[in-house]
Amino acid sequence: MSILVYTENWDGKFKKLSFEQVSYASEIAKNINTSVVALSIGNVEETELKKLGDYGASKVISVNETKLDNLANQAYAKVISQAAKKEESTILVFANNYTGKAIAPRVSVKLKAGLVSGITALPINYEPFTVRKKVFTSKAFADVIIKSPFKVLTIAQNSFGLIETENKAQIENFAPELSDEDFRTKVEDVHKITGKVLLNDAEIVVSGGRGMKGSENWGPIEELANLLGAATACSRPVSDEDWRPHDEHVGQTGKIIAPNLYFALGISGAIQHLGGVSSSKYIVAINKDNDAPIFEAADYGIIGDVHKILPELINAVKEMKAAEN
Amino acid sequence: MKILICISNVPDTTTKIRFTADNTAFDTAGIQWIINPWDELALTRAMELKETTGGTIEKITVVAVGLKDAEPTLRKTLAIGADDAVRIDAEPKDAFFVAEQLAQVAKDYDIILCGIEASDYNGSAVGGMLSEFLGIPSISSVSKLDIENGNVKVNREIDGGSETLSTEVPFVAIVQKGIALEPRIPSMRGIMMARKKPLNVIPAVETEALTEFVSYELPPAKAACKMVDAENVKELVDLLHNEAKVI
Ligand SMILES: Cc1cc2nc3c(=O)[nH]c(=O)nc-3n(C[C@H](O)[C@H](O)[C@H](O)COP(=O)(O)OP(=O)(O)OC[C@H]3O[C@@H](n4cnc5c(N)ncnc54)[C@H](O)[C@@H]3O)c2cc1C
Ligand SMILES: Nc1ncnc2c1ncn2[C@@H]1O[C@H](COP(=O)(O)O)[C@@H](O)[C@H]1O
Repeated sequence: MSILVYTENWDGKFKKLSFEQVSYASEIAKNINTSVVALSIGNVEETELKKLGDYGASKVISVNETKLDNLANQAYAKVISQAAKKEESTILVFANNYTGKAIAPRVSVKLKAGLVSGITALPINYEPFTVRKKVFTSKAFADVIIKSPFKVLTIAQNSFGLIETENKAQIENFAPELSDEDFRTKVEDVHKITGKVLLNDAEIVVSGGRGMKGSENWGPIEELANLLGAATACSRPVSDEDWRPHDEHVGQTGKIIAPNLYFALGISGAIQHLGGVSSSKYIVAINKDNDAPIFEAADYGIIGDVHKILPELINAVKEMKAAEN
Repeated sequence: MKILICISNVPDTTTKIRFTADNTAFDTAGIQWIINPWDELALTRAMELKETTGGTIEKITVVAVGLKDAEPTLRKTLAIGADDAVRIDAEPKDAFFVAEQLAQVAKDYDIILCGIEASDYNGSAVGGMLSEFLGIPSISSVSKLDIENGNVKVNREIDGGSETLSTEVPFVAIVQKGIALEPRIPSMRGIMMARKKPLNVIPAVETEALTEFVSYELPPAKAACKMVDAENVKELVDLLHNEAKVI
């Protein structure tokens, strides 16, 4: 028996969330006395593969085939199920991101495994196997039992930290059996976002709403984001007005994010907006209206004009950084 | 081509969530039910395609796995513009159960549209599972769907960018933001016509759920927001650095 973790790389480097998944699986493995196997698909160097061992994987299976360069849901699901059978894995762990959402459900059908997505903590019970997840767009939690022998789990982003171990992983190449039938979708064009922190991966997010008044006022938001190594985001009207690109829109109908820190600048805090950000560990609100609902969700707040406060905030962060060095 | 849209019947997204006394079930008293927002946008896009591709789309069908109480939501999709509706008569127990039910209807369609997640249990699973039951391709996090000269073109978001894909039919598109801009609202005429459109009820196939929701909990009440004076912005940075330790 083992636990199989699908670890995702970006240009040959694992994402932090992959190390989180491996840490998560390792904690389960300790509890039920089994081992963790990490599966990597793509062109990843051995030194990078070895890093998965630092978080508790005792074995890393690497699949390196050019056919699999782009995410192909059907083919990926097949590769992962074959690896699970080979490793006798009964628990499979994915991230609850676009990739996880694309392949975990297919794997779950292949293995006749119950799937729970968006899990926020270690299993609360192993007999019966019970996990906790978010429901109603973060308005509540639910405890769910998985009744099948095989189990597929997708872990909510940023809900579990990294745990390093002394462990060394053994690296193995794996050649899955695939056929043309598995590649009936063709990628014609790829647009990669480079040179900025990705919103879904970011630990700090600086977000602006209609109170920012116009796209020309986003300079300070970008400056603050740069200073903090943060990603930028916005409310829906802001992307509807084309002040900002659509991939920055957060909320019920946009991206759902869970950073450590979320700055809501000139955002009123409508329920649909909060649905996308309320899992942030800390929320800072700056708004001129002391009755704005965002203050009910926020941990820290300033009532005032964001255009005046933001430059002062930037200066204060600079001073703090300077004092640290 | 025939398009099928899988419809999840969910509580209005502004609903205050409550559970029954022992926290083992969602309290449905007084709940307004709506079409899951992504499914509503999927329907809108299907109608746009039907209108703009000159006869390429023969028919738009909607399907829901649900008990009789899901029918008003299906009627609403007919009023918006779907041609016919199917209700698979079963309580939707979990994603695996629902997807296996949907497969019996979906096998006769070319383009099957599902939402990226239902706003109630946030499963993000039914679309992918359905495609695997049918053994057909799935494209997930789809933000654009076009048909050009009978060929399907899709944009999807990936973790760190976006891609344009082409695909054979049949396939499942799992849709999200961008698929359509604003949902359509039923017109008076639409509502009248919907009464005459077929809503077929079919029996469920024998299958099992693999997961079970056993209890619910509301998040702990949030501590009051700590206010910082607008004249003292530096204090905010201190708090974030020394108290919250997030910067
Ligand atoms: C089905 C549905 C889905 C939706 N999905 C989303 C979603 O995913 N994401 C989303 O964001 N919204 C969504 N909305 C819209 C949502 O209801 C709100 O309309 C929206 O979030 C408001 O955006 P905002 O806070 O930027 O603007 P507003 O509500 O206009 O708020 C602007 C705020 O800025 C403040 N302000 C103005 N000037 C200043 C200043 N100089 N200094 C400081 N503060 C200032 C104001 O006091 C106000 O609180 C959805 C709505 C519906 C019906
Ligand atoms: N009971 C249901 N009947 C029909 N389609 C459903 C049902 N539940 C979910 N779906 C579809 O699957 C999508 C994702 O739902 P879920 O996997 O439950 O988050 C929804 O947007 C619907 O398109």
